[in-house]
Amino acid sequence: MKHFSLMIRNLSRRPGRTTSLILLTAFLAISVFCGTIVVSSLRRGLSSMENRLGADIIVVPAEAESKVSMKNLLLQGTIGTFYMDASALEKVRETEGVEKASAQIFLSSMKADCCSVKVQVIGFDPENDFVVQPWIAESLNHPLGDMEVVVGCRVETDVGNSFRIYDKSCRVAAKLASTGTGLDTAVYCNMNTIHVLLQAAEEKEISHKIDSGNDSEVVSAVYVKVLPETDPALVNNRLNGHVRKATAIRTAGMMTEVADSLSGVSRTIAVLICAVWILALIILFIVFSMMVNERRRELAVYRLLGMSRKMMSGMILKETALCSFTGALCGTALGAILVFPFTALIETSLKLPYLTPDPGSIVFYACFAIAVTILVGCAAAARTAFRLSRVDPGTTLREGA
Amino acid sequence: MQLRAENISRRYFRKHGEANFFEAVRSVSLTLESGKLTVLNGKSGSGKTTLLNMIGGLLNPSEGKVFLDETDLYALEDKDLSRLRSKRIGVIPQGRSAVDTLSVYENILLPGMLYGGTLRTEEAENWMTVLGISDLRNAMPAELSGGELRRMAIARTLTASPEVILADEPTGDLDNENTRTVLTAFQQAAKAGKAVLVVSHETDAEAYADQILHMSHGTIE
Ligand SMILES: Nc1ncnc2c1ncn2[C@@H]1O[C@H](COP(=O)(O)OP(=O)(O)OP(=O)(O)O)[C@@H](O)[C@H]1O
Ligand SMILES: [Mg+2]
Repeated sequence: MKHFSLMIRNLSRRPGRTTSLILLTAFLAISVFCGTIVVSSLRRGLSSMENRLGADIIVVPAEAESKVSMKNLLLQGTIGTFYMDASALEKVRETEGVEKASAQIFLSSMKADCCSVKVQVIGFDPENDFVVQPWIAESLNHPLGDMEVVVGCRVETDVGNSFRIYDKSCRVAAKLASTGTGLDTAVYCNMNTIHVLLQAAEEKEISHKIDSGNDSEVVSAVYVKVLPETDPALVNNRLNGHVRKATAIRTAGMMTEVADSLSGVSRTIAVLICAVWILALIILFIVFSMMVNERRRELAVYRLLGMSRKMMSGMILKETALCSFTGALCGTALGAILVFPFTALIETSLKLPYLTPDPGSIVFYACFAIAVTILVGCAAAARTAFRLSRVDPGTTLREGA
Repeated sequence: MQLRAENISRRYFRKHGEANFFEAVRSVSLTLESGKLTVLNGKSGSGKTTLLNMIGGLLNPSEGKVFLDETDLYALEDKDLSRLRSKRIGVIPQGRSAVDTLSVYENILLPGMLYGGTLRTEEAENWMTVLGISDLRNAMPAELSGGELRRMAIARTLTASPEVILADEPTGDLDNENTRTVLTAFQQAAKAGKAVLVVSHETDAEAYADQILHMSHGTIE
């Protein structure tokens, strides 16, 4: 107890040194905490994207700038609108190696009077869908009725509200959990509903350049699951040969692309953290080296009065631990203030799926950041503690009496 | 209780004439008895501080042994020697010895803070009054004069009340009146059963002494 009050006095009466220690350790903690949060959010984003994409292959119209726009849908929620003849679905099903196939129809709402918000509307077929429904089932416990929609978590409306798309009113039946992808801004409905909406859009004279004249016979994309133990690449080739005016794209390729840019970002973050750490460690080292000279006399007095070497290095380490703890706590709190409110900003600037970890993991990362910071602070102080514990009171107190 | 030095020497590695080392203290034996005040004098550089540090447990002799009763000080582990010094030996060094982050009062109570136990606040008040520094209790060491710092260090040791008091030129920067006060305090401490060693050039000090030792060129005559 008495040591503790001594320690507090030592720290509070050297405000410059104490503040710089706290600041430095806070920097360490900020970089570790924000770094781990961002990287793990990206990882989670990627895996959530993988989970949401239960298909091996996606077949889209040949003229759709296929690869780019699919990635856009997943990452930014925009896909544009493109259509092909509905017969494509049958063609896909006929293809050897296809286990399941399900069509979707896309429609973009407008940022205009007729629509509540600009969103991507995705129509799926409840009869055979395997892509959207398993996920929707998490938030909705009955089949999606006509003129009902399920909205992504970032669409600004609530369950029970009505939602206007091309002057048609839809009821919001459920709101989905966050995926960290562009799908968070999409709206899902069944085939009947999307056809009503397509019709309404056409009446609004919004041209969709539909190949076939008949609305009820178009699809935008066909999602394919291949038979187990079948090489998706092979099926992909077959589909490209068999389905006219369409392109089959393997989702694995899209994933690798995202994963690649993710590891690039992770690397950049790692480099940044390293830079911060090296800088902070150099300064820490200087602060502690300066401390050796600054405190030599003071500690010689402690030694003179009967403090053992062990007690002395213990005191220095405890002081450092207390400062590091304070710094780490402040740094982590500051990191949280920096990283959480700007989730959306980080997501759009990185152009990668980004899903904030659950509270449990956040607490874990916070504890990790604090522990690492305290450990590093004490490690940096260890040499100084050792050197100071060796001061010889006889000689030191004689110097410059 | 007695503090006994047996043939202690201290060599410093420094070029000195022919030799590579310089022997600051040469085979000195002395005994400090409880109840006695010993005055040690001698020219500057004769080895007084070196000797005092060695018998105070602060400086390992190159040769010889120091005993506090039957305990060989330098055979102890650092931990045990430190504790023993803290409880039983009080050294008032020649230079300034204040912890700058603590106030005068806190400095005086500091020895009692190291190993727990109740703080000797009453004794501290008493010695601050006797030595005329009670007005400075909340001052920081940086604000004090040399003589005030010296009296603070003396009050610190007298407050801790160890069995052995080793004072290295405690009256060097004090006026006559304060010198008398300090020497009287040491004399009373000796009468109360402590073993006291005072290094002093002043002939005044000798009037208080039970034993006078003279040091020259590292030896005691
Ligand atoms: N750490 C050291 N290294 C080398 N020589 C030293 C060291 N400490 C003391 N000496 C030398 O040992 C001799 C005795 O020093 P000491 O301080 O014991 O003298 P002193 O009698 O206390 O002198 P003063 O009256 O001036 O305080 C001196 O010549 C000094 O230069
Ligand atoms: Mg001396």
